[in-house]
Amino acid sequence: MLDISDLHVEVGGTEKLHDINLHIGEGETHILMGPNGSGKSTLLKAIMGFGGYTITSGSIVFRGTDITRMPIHERAHLGIGMMFQHPPAISGLKLGKLLAATSHHGNEALEALAQTVNMEKFLTRDTNVGFSGGEIKRSEVLQLKVQQPDFLMLDEPESGVDLENMSLMGKEIANLLEKDVHIVNRRRSGLIITHTGYILDYLEADQGHVMINGQIRCHGNPREILRVVKEKGYGECLRCKQM
Amino acid sequence: MSALQTDVGDIERLSEKDRERLALTGLEVGMQNRCGSFFQIDQNVIQTTCGAEGIEMIPIKAALEKYDWVKDYYWNAVPRDKDKYTQYLAKQENPQGLVVIAHEGVKVEMPLQACLFLRDEPVQHVHNLFIAREGSEINIISGCASSWQKERGAHIGVTEIYVGKGARVTSTMIHNWSPGISVFPRSATVIEEDGTFLSNYVCMQPVKKIDMYPTARLVGKNAVARFSSIVVATPGSILDLGSRAILDAEKTSAELITRAITTGGTVISRGHILGEKDGTRGHIECKGLILKDGVIHAIPEIEGTLTGTELSHEAAVGKIARNEIEYLMARGLSEEEATATIIRGFLDVKISGLPAVLQEQIDAAIDQAESGF
Ligand SMILES: Nc1ncnc2c1ncn2[C@@H]1O[C@H](COP(=O)(O)OP(=O)(O)OP(=O)(O)O)[C@@H](O)[C@H]1O
Ligand SMILES: [Mg+2]
Repeated sequence: MLDISDLHVEVGGTEKLHDINLHIGEGETHILMGPNGSGKSTLLKAIMGFGGYTITSGSIVFRGTDITRMPIHERAHLGIGMMFQHPPAISGLKLGKLLAATSHHGNEALEALAQTVNMEKFLTRDTNVGFSGGEIKRSEVLQLKVQQPDFLMLDEPESGVDLENMSLMGKEIANLLEKDVHIVNRRRSGLIITHTGYILDYLEADQGHVMINGQIRCHGNPREILRVVKEKGYGECLRCKQM
Repeated sequence: MSALQTDVGDIERLSEKDRERLALTGLEVGMQNRCGSFFQIDQNVIQTTCGAEGIEMIPIKAALEKYDWVKDYYWNAVPRDKDKYTQYLAKQENPQGLVVIAHEGVKVEMPLQACLFLRDEPVQHVHNLFIAREGSEINIISGCASSWQKERGAHIGVTEIYVGKGARVTSTMIHNWSPGISVFPRSATVIEEDGTFLSNYVCMQPVKKIDMYPTARLVGKNAVARFSSIVVATPGSILDLGSRAILDAEKTSAELITRAITTGGTVISRGHILGEKDGTRGHIECKGLILKDGVIHAIPEIEGTLTGTELSHEAAVGKIARNEIEYLMARGLSEEEATATIIRGFLDVKISGLPAVLQEQIDAAIDQAESGF
């Protein structure tokens, strides 16, 4: 599904990601962990193609298409979608209008979708303006439910979400990733950034990676990585041989 | 239906292009969704008709003859010698324009339309009086436009609006001029106790110059005024706009809201609220979007003279944030689509209390302009 080779990314004139290699197969979900500021969100934004995240060398291939230099919306059309850690607040643009502009759904269908994540009251509010932490996450999940991407990048889906909503979000994300479909037939893949690993209570992940100082240091079983980080901190991963 | 003067034939003889231009300002030639209509081309009133009980629409000369008291409202809110434009108008022997009278307690939601069309003459002048007597409610949509063939000209208009006790007037003005036309509206409103005045102004098309600074004087307790303006300055256009509210009675309040876009022209957005009585509140909000190099100059002024007044303002001018565009692109919109969607949101000032037909008119004017962004 996604093949990243020898990727180097610069932000504001300094290299933030060094020599990233990552392969995510069809139907797989991967977890990305790492200390604050290590470059996790930067990697997601580089995959999505944001300006300001300059790829100086290396390549990103999605389902056989080299997307390294492709504009953002074309990547979205190919099936890449992202939940933002800090989405912008867009004053004046109602969430309902945003959803209508980005989909072919009618108002009724959008309202029904909004209800599934308790967001129906937010359709008439300015997008992300004054949304609480949990509301922002639900708004992001709603947008992804409308978009239905095949490759889902989630930047800290748990942060700021209360327990009740976490179970709702967990199930919705599992659905988006077609977790109910057998791996052989599953076509959707995911890359999920998490600090706590709570999302693993709702879905199985196939692989975990640890990013430190702009490099992916460890790969392995996600639960094992989570356990090591919980017990020994990221120092242990620094000792991992870089792959 | 009291058709004092109707010559729809004249309207039908307008060219297709001109009729389209007029439609964008809200003129409904067939009068669907309108309960009254006034139409003046240059200095000729070609239609005055009103089907609503208790509402009168009369050309100004006839109104001054019909009711003795109308003269008390004539050149009252706006002084004759205010500036050279009012002086020019005061000199006219043959004043044209519309008087709307909403009699006591009469409430009509369906809008009355007043259309002013500049076609052949160099200058069009008009003097309007909107008088809403105690407890009445009216919606007036004024559309002003010039013929597509009209290269140069000027429009000078005085509008005096009187909102009686507990009355409510919604005045929506949509302009659709041409690059060589200069426009000098001079208008003022007096609002009595518990009265509400809502003024909406939309100008999304090229014009040479618009110069106006409507004033509302809130003279009765609990009176409310709200001015909302949505404007686009295209290259070569100078929009010198403002609105002023004088909170001259206890517990009066005013809100002045502006959304301005420049695609190369100049917008000067003035605003002034003067709080001089106890329990008064006022807020000015101006947001400007610079799409192409041009000028947006916000000059909000708030002036309080006692502890019992609370006034604030908020102004922001800038371009569309890159991360907002990219956010929408990540959802699949192209850069152009994302930009248009954000602009659309920026201009989406929902004006509470506005009848749906008027909101649709404003939306249509925005849609029309949007294709040019
Ligand atoms: N636009 C930018 N301009 C300047 N520095 C940036 C920019 N974006 C990211 N950085 C820097 O790059 C580094 C990596 O940031 P990134 O957001 O990828 O971290 P992260 O791993 O997602 O951290 P967190 O767990 O706190 O979300 C940080 O030091 C950050 O300050
Ligand atoms: Mg991050």
